[in-house]
Amino acid sequence: MEIPYNVELREDTGLYNSKLGIWLFLASEIMLFGGLFSAYILLRTGAPVWPPIGEHGSIIHLLKDTIPHATFNTVILILSSVTMVMAWVALKQKNLGKYKMYLGTTIVCALIFLVVKYFEYSHKIHEGFVPAHDTYMALYFTLTGLHGLHIVGGIVVLAYLWGPGISMWNSEPERFTNRIEVAGLYWHFVDLVWIFLFPILYLLN
Amino acid sequence: MSDSHHEESFWRKYIFSTDHKVIGIQYGITALLFLFLGFSLMMVMRWQLAYPDTAVPIVGSLVKWLADLNGFASDGNLPADLYNVFGAMHGTIMIFLGVVPIIVGAFGNYLVPLQIGAPDMAFPKLNMASYWVYFVGGVVMLVSFFLPGGAANSGWTAYPPLSDIATTGQTYWLIGMVFLITSSLLGSMNIIVTIVQLRAEGMTWMRLPFFVWSQLVTSFLLVLAFPPLEAAGIFQLMDRVFGTSFFLPSGLVIGGEILKVSGGGSPLLWQHLFWFLAHPEVYVLILPGMGILAEVIANNTRKPIWGYKSLVYSATFLGFMSFLVWAHHMFLTGMGQGMSVFFQTTTMIISVPSVIILTCFMLSLWGGSIRFTTPMLFALGWMPMFGIGGLTGLPLGLSTPDIHLHDTYYVIGHFHYVVAPGTIFAIFAGIYYWFPKMTGKMLNETLGKVHFYFSFIFMNGLFWPMLIQGLGGVSRRLSDGGASYAHAQEFLHWNVVMSYSAWLLAVAQIPFIYNLIKTLLADKSPNPDPNPWNATTVEWTDTTSPPLGHGNFEKTPVVHRGPYEYSVPGESTDFTPQTQN
Repeated sequence: MEIPYNVELREDTGLYNSKLGIWLFLASEIMLFGGLFSAYILLRTGAPVWPPIGEHGSIIHLLKDTIPHATFNTVILILSSVTMVMAWVALKQKNLGKYKMYLGTTIVCALIFLVVKYFEYSHKIHEGFVPAHDTYMALYFTLTGLHGLHIVGGIVVLAYLWGPGISMWNSEPERFTNRIEVAGLYWHFVDLVWIFLFPILYLLN
Repeated sequence: MSDSHHEESFWRKYIFSTDHKVIGIQYGITALLFLFLGFSLMMVMRWQLAYPDTAVPIVGSLVKWLADLNGFASDGNLPADLYNVFGAMHGTIMIFLGVVPIIVGAFGNYLVPLQIGAPDMAFPKLNMASYWVYFVGGVVMLVSFFLPGGAANSGWTAYPPLSDIATTGQTYWLIGMVFLITSSLLGSMNIIVTIVQLRAEGMTWMRLPFFVWSQLVTSFLLVLAFPPLEAAGIFQLMDRVFGTSFFLPSGLVIGGEILKVSGGGSPLLWQHLFWFLAHPEVYVLILPGMGILAEVIANNTRKPIWGYKSLVYSATFLGFMSFLVWAHHMFLTGMGQGMSVFFQTTTMIISVPSVIILTCFMLSLWGGSIRFTTPMLFALGWMPMFGIGGLTGLPLGLSTPDIHLHDTYYVIGHFHYVVAPGTIFAIFAGIYYWFPKMTGKMLNETLGKVHFYFSFIFMNGLFWPMLIQGLGGVSRRLSDGGASYAHAQEFLHWNVVMSYSAWLLAVAQIPFIYNLIKTLLADKSPNPDPNPWNATTVEWTDTTSPPLGHGNFEKTPVVHRGPYEYSVPGESTDFTPQTQN
């Protein structure tokens, strides 16, 4: 039994199934992060000072030191999004070597992002700024933590498409190209979330 | 088509199946068991409400065993702490593990591909995953009953700060909810893609059966409304596990001491995020029910459903508006008059499409030659009951009368009229109606009618007194049913009436269960009629004798007309199939 429109486009909607699927998934993700961001707005507007002062004072000074790291991470993620598109273009040009190179770069960028994040986290925790310290720290760890989980999920998918999943290229090249497009849409979304997280957590304090 | 599947192992065919029909039945069976569990919890609670602090008959030793396990003192009675657990879990199980899985997971899964002429759901593996994620969520919820302190006990709404400091059961509840939310998201995306992409040739939007429309709107609600609750659940998990203060205000005093947390959080934040899901959730519960009703009513009145387009536009508008009414649950939180005015206005607006839908159904009866089959009886019973549920909601949606009615039994009566005789009657109608499609056997009509009439009587006996008690000011969530409150004294005798109604309602389900088992065990005729109700939609007219193989159709259907062409003048039969040229 074959499910129709797995690869080819349906004429009246102009979509293949998984492309609509991923857009719906992204819509739900927008609502998830929408809920998280609205919590940020509500807690921040209700706070007398921001970031709040807790047991170890305010995070504000420590935060200034981490802005360069976060800026570096922003650049890295944007770069990974660019190489993600390039990987898709390479498949459209039927150039598997280029595809592997670009997708590999995306994965490496994502890993670098996580390493930088790890140092940021451990520095803050070392100074006593744990999630329970104040509502800013709670939001910081929850929002960036969930975003980090999305990065990890992305890495797993992309690594599969870079490694074992590539066998589909020989049997169904078009379907494989669609998979990269769909994975790319997700990756751009994860990138976009960071573009919002970066100013609200690091710059606007 | 079924030839290639002879080699499938039992596990592949019935347990880890990717066939939407098998998954639908898996959802159905699991959800019916959960509905039974949720109902059983309520029956024990009803003993405590009618005869406070006396030993529960029949299951008293079981209650004592569970209370001992949880660390509550019990002599076979239902202690207040365990009453709180049962109350919270009754709501959670009924809504998230019972009704939504059966009405979207079972009916949606089974019928949507069949009604639009598709071979399966768009993503069969994802479909299987969504069932198993639901299953895990259910297991997590069940396991939490055996923890010290019991399962979640902060109500199904899990309001902080109470839920933030509750026993471990609440953490399990949150983890279970994350699974259930994920399952709903996967399932509803699948349904939307299936409807948009896999409609058969000629199945245009305005030729979709109304049931498919209702599933489409419902799925959009699930995709867009559940994630904010997931966000809220994650915050509450952070509060409970990592000691953050998302929902804990500064200077919170518990047991005479200031709680040692950073503070700065907002309990209202939870309520906003929770009701942003939970109000659309109400429409998730009722819309697919309305979809089932449209099919049953058109078929049994032998005439087109009245106002098909009005139904479609109303359902769509209802879905849209349901995102703009959530704070009418929060009039008494002191969120301000401006907010209250806005939300009471949107609440009045949203009642309009609901009334249009109910009116369309009632007008559909006009001039029809009605067949009083069991599914039709449930549909006819649904109309006044849903009407009561809807009308009793109006005073709650206005901020002034809500001051008196908020958190009373009136609220309980109102939403049970919507969900119990509303949605559950629609579910029964659907089970009786599509059972021959699933199994090739008709359920016994006499037993079905006994089931209907007694359910109808006892549901009213159970829920109507709640409205009376609530108007008298009896609060909900009292483990003694109001016995220790002076103003509740003259309403206490209703507790006994309601409790007996509840237990008799359980007795009224015996013909149904017996009917199911007896019919399932009975021999199947060698070639059952694929269309016993003489219906017009594709799932009846273009399939072979049930049970259907994986892939549904031998020949892909081509649709030529709308879904409800009954009694078309000049035709030889009183039903004209959608696929007839």
